[in-house]
Amino acid sequence: MVSRAKRLVRGGICALALAPLMHALAAAPAAENSGGWGLLNMPEGVTSVSREIHDIHMVVFWICVWIGVLVFGVMFYSMFAHRKSRGHKPATFHESTTVELVWTIIPALILIVMAFPATRTLKELYDTSEADLDIKVTGYQWKWRYDYLGTDVGYMSELATTQASVYGQAPKTQFYLEEVTEPVVIPVGKKVRFLITGADVIHSWWVPELGVKRDAIPGFVNETWALAKEPGIYRGRCAELCGKDHAFMPIVVNAVPEEEFNTWLAAKQADAAALRELTEKTFTLEELMAKGDEVYGRSCASCHGASGEGIPGAFPALKGSAIAQGPVADHLDIVVNGKPGTAMQAFGAQLSEVDLAAVITYERNAWGNKTEDNIVQPADVFQFKQER
Amino acid sequence: MAHGPAKGIRRWLFATNHKDIGTMYLWFSFTMFLLGGFFAMVVRAELFEPGMQIVRPEFFNQMTTMHGLIMVFGAIMPVFVGLANWMIPMMIGAPDMALPRMNNLSFWILPFGFTLLASTLFMEGGAPNFGWTFYAPLSTTYAPPTVNFFIFGIHIIGASSIMGSINIIATILNLRAPGMTLMKMPLFAWTWLITAFLLIAVMPVLAGAVTMMLMDINFGTSFFDAAGGGDPVLFQHIFWFFGHPEVYIIIIPAFGVISAIIPTFSRKPLFGYSSMVYATAAIAFLSFIVWAHHMFTVGMPIAGELYFMYATLLIAVPTGVKVFNWVSTMFRGAITFETPMLFAIAFVVLFTLGGFTGVMLAIAPADIQYHDSYFVVAHFHYVMVAGALFSSTAAVYYWLPKWCGRMYNETMGKVHFWVSFIGFNITFFPQHFLGLAGMPRRYADYSLQFADWNMVSSIGAFIYGASQLLFLYNVIATIVAGRKVSDPKIWEGAEGLEWTLPTPAPYHTFSTPPAVK
Repeated sequence: MVSRAKRLVRGGICALALAPLMHALAAAPAAENSGGWGLLNMPEGVTSVSREIHDIHMVVFWICVWIGVLVFGVMFYSMFAHRKSRGHKPATFHESTTVELVWTIIPALILIVMAFPATRTLKELYDTSEADLDIKVTGYQWKWRYDYLGTDVGYMSELATTQASVYGQAPKTQFYLEEVTEPVVIPVGKKVRFLITGADVIHSWWVPELGVKRDAIPGFVNETWALAKEPGIYRGRCAELCGKDHAFMPIVVNAVPEEEFNTWLAAKQADAAALRELTEKTFTLEELMAKGDEVYGRSCASCHGASGEGIPGAFPALKGSAIAQGPVADHLDIVVNGKPGTAMQAFGAQLSEVDLAAVITYERNAWGNKTEDNIVQPADVFQFKQER
Repeated sequence: MAHGPAKGIRRWLFATNHKDIGTMYLWFSFTMFLLGGFFAMVVRAELFEPGMQIVRPEFFNQMTTMHGLIMVFGAIMPVFVGLANWMIPMMIGAPDMALPRMNNLSFWILPFGFTLLASTLFMEGGAPNFGWTFYAPLSTTYAPPTVNFFIFGIHIIGASSIMGSINIIATILNLRAPGMTLMKMPLFAWTWLITAFLLIAVMPVLAGAVTMMLMDINFGTSFFDAAGGGDPVLFQHIFWFFGHPEVYIIIIPAFGVISAIIPTFSRKPLFGYSSMVYATAAIAFLSFIVWAHHMFTVGMPIAGELYFMYATLLIAVPTGVKVFNWVSTMFRGAITFETPMLFAIAFVVLFTLGGFTGVMLAIAPADIQYHDSYFVVAHFHYVMVAGALFSSTAAVYYWLPKWCGRMYNETMGKVHFWVSFIGFNITFFPQHFLGLAGMPRRYADYSLQFADWNMVSSIGAFIYGASQLLFLYNVIATIVAGRKVSDPKIWEGAEGLEWTLPTPAPYHTFSTPPAVK
């Protein structure tokens, strides 16, 4: 049926206004990051599920084109041949039970034909058993966290494109809004199970080329899986409206050969151990301010503003704020534990002790803020977390 | 008995006449259409090229949300209530609506509801920014404080819809002229009868959903808050149990309009009248049992996914029957192409395209890729704009001469049609490509590979938006200075009681019931 529909269209019934467009759509290359005008169709992707989805999509598409050609064909024929201006006299027929039955039963049969492959693919898509690797994916406003279950490796993945680039003060590079601080790394040829949840509002983790989209819902852990057949970098996006920076929390998946993956994972484990040691170190104000500036820009600036000015009515200013200039314990409390019932998240689990100490120190000294206890060390943060 | 309207503002404030109230509904919905359209222009202007140029992301979200809410509840729903008010009594031989004072109330609370809603734009924290589907907890824990205005606005709008529906049901069931059996009614009356039952069934569900939100936000309950033992997915089930019938509430009266216009300009009776009635009822019934096809990515059990996929596919059958019947009505007719007919034909073609993408979206595994992408945006604008809006535009051109006894400018009408048709397709056809290539909906900014088609789409939107001003001008020019017509039967092929009345339709009609063969 598919190839017949193709022949019909290619054979010259393209007189239909829409057929050439549809033809172009079918002939379009698989989605690459290269082109704009040529991006017309769903990517085939690199997993068996994504390829099956693509095939069903094309089958249903061509069935629709074929039905459209028939129905609109009859209609346009009438509009041409049965015009009053051509002197056509109207017929008077107005019902026929037989044809009503025919055009009830035939579409029903076509739908049944469509439902079979759809059911098969859906079953495969839902089979999350026997995975080789489990990665927990947590959606935050507005970034992703990846935890490799059974290891110490876990990190946030945030937009790497700068605000300057977004607001036109710096040029937009090739991967504008598609680049992150650290991609999620998966081994090629291994079944990876993603355990997806949300920390605040509902997000949705979508990577078209893996054929994966699953909502990240607070209080739920959703399961889905992917087995990438080819190494490569696959870019995706948050698909569920999650607030202000919904468009600014991309996903980058780096699929690498298994050996490379193991090396990477071992290095990340070593990093985690090193970070624990750093927690015990005492930093100077300059070191903390430099680090804090960077953490603030990444984790705080989108709400509280690049210069701590906030957004009136939505997000409070930190410049001159009572908390940033008050007791350290209160400042630690709001950053580590967040403020329930508001958009202020608990950063205690998102940032390392070093990052927390740096950003709090930064907020207590930047933009003219002044306070007596102006330096917070990683050990203080660690101490604070232990006491709670 | 024959008295005219009251003088001055009293005529409108205290209106009980179905024609006056219908007129107010139509003007109100057109005002809301321009307002919602303006918001859409802001959205498309921001999306003209990558990067944030005109607004900030938080305001962008307010624009998409208000565009959706105003268009669905302020423009499309009231326009069909306005048409029902004007036409149903004239079509079934009734002197007026059955409950004229409630008719007044159901209209006059609407401006207050929308003032509540729109006033949030000027408040601290801004307007609702969580999308017209307002998923919790974005719309509860994380909502701006103005969410309470939104909730009460929805309550008022819902009350208005329920009263309007009760009125329409009471009118159709009680005030038909002797001999006007149910199966002799014009399809517009039939589609509205079915729609009114849908509204009465689901508007309370929406009211329940927003009331639960109100409790969660202000009174410490946790219906939708997982941290308190609630369930964010429950919100989506409740919302779509309202939301899916809602989209049929919008499109079913449009079916009635098209079923009036196509036979008129084909000069041939509607093909398969009774099958049209049964198909409409079947669509209405199915609309209650398919809601979770909007939720294929929330992680339902596979049995749920399969059920909702199969049930959704079924809707294509009665919908197909309607399209086939319209095409068969045109077949071997004597067709002319006045403006209402042009819009009606465009409706059939573009609504069917929207139906095709609907079948594609129903395929659950494929929906994993389509869901929440621009493919969905394209799909529902093909059924909402080219479906509901084109049909209501067709209805205005079709009945305006009857209402005011003046003929609209046919050339200007045709120009309006072609600019609308082309502008619409330039706007929304490329959005299929954007969605398939991976662009999610409700994005304030996008990566560079989506730039080309977004620019095309924005240009189309400006064309489509501008063409509606031409429509406004044409309607006003017709009312003020159009060519006078007095033939009861404006259109050669028109059939039905409304065309037996004098033109323009007198203030009171069918004070004595007509004889129906």
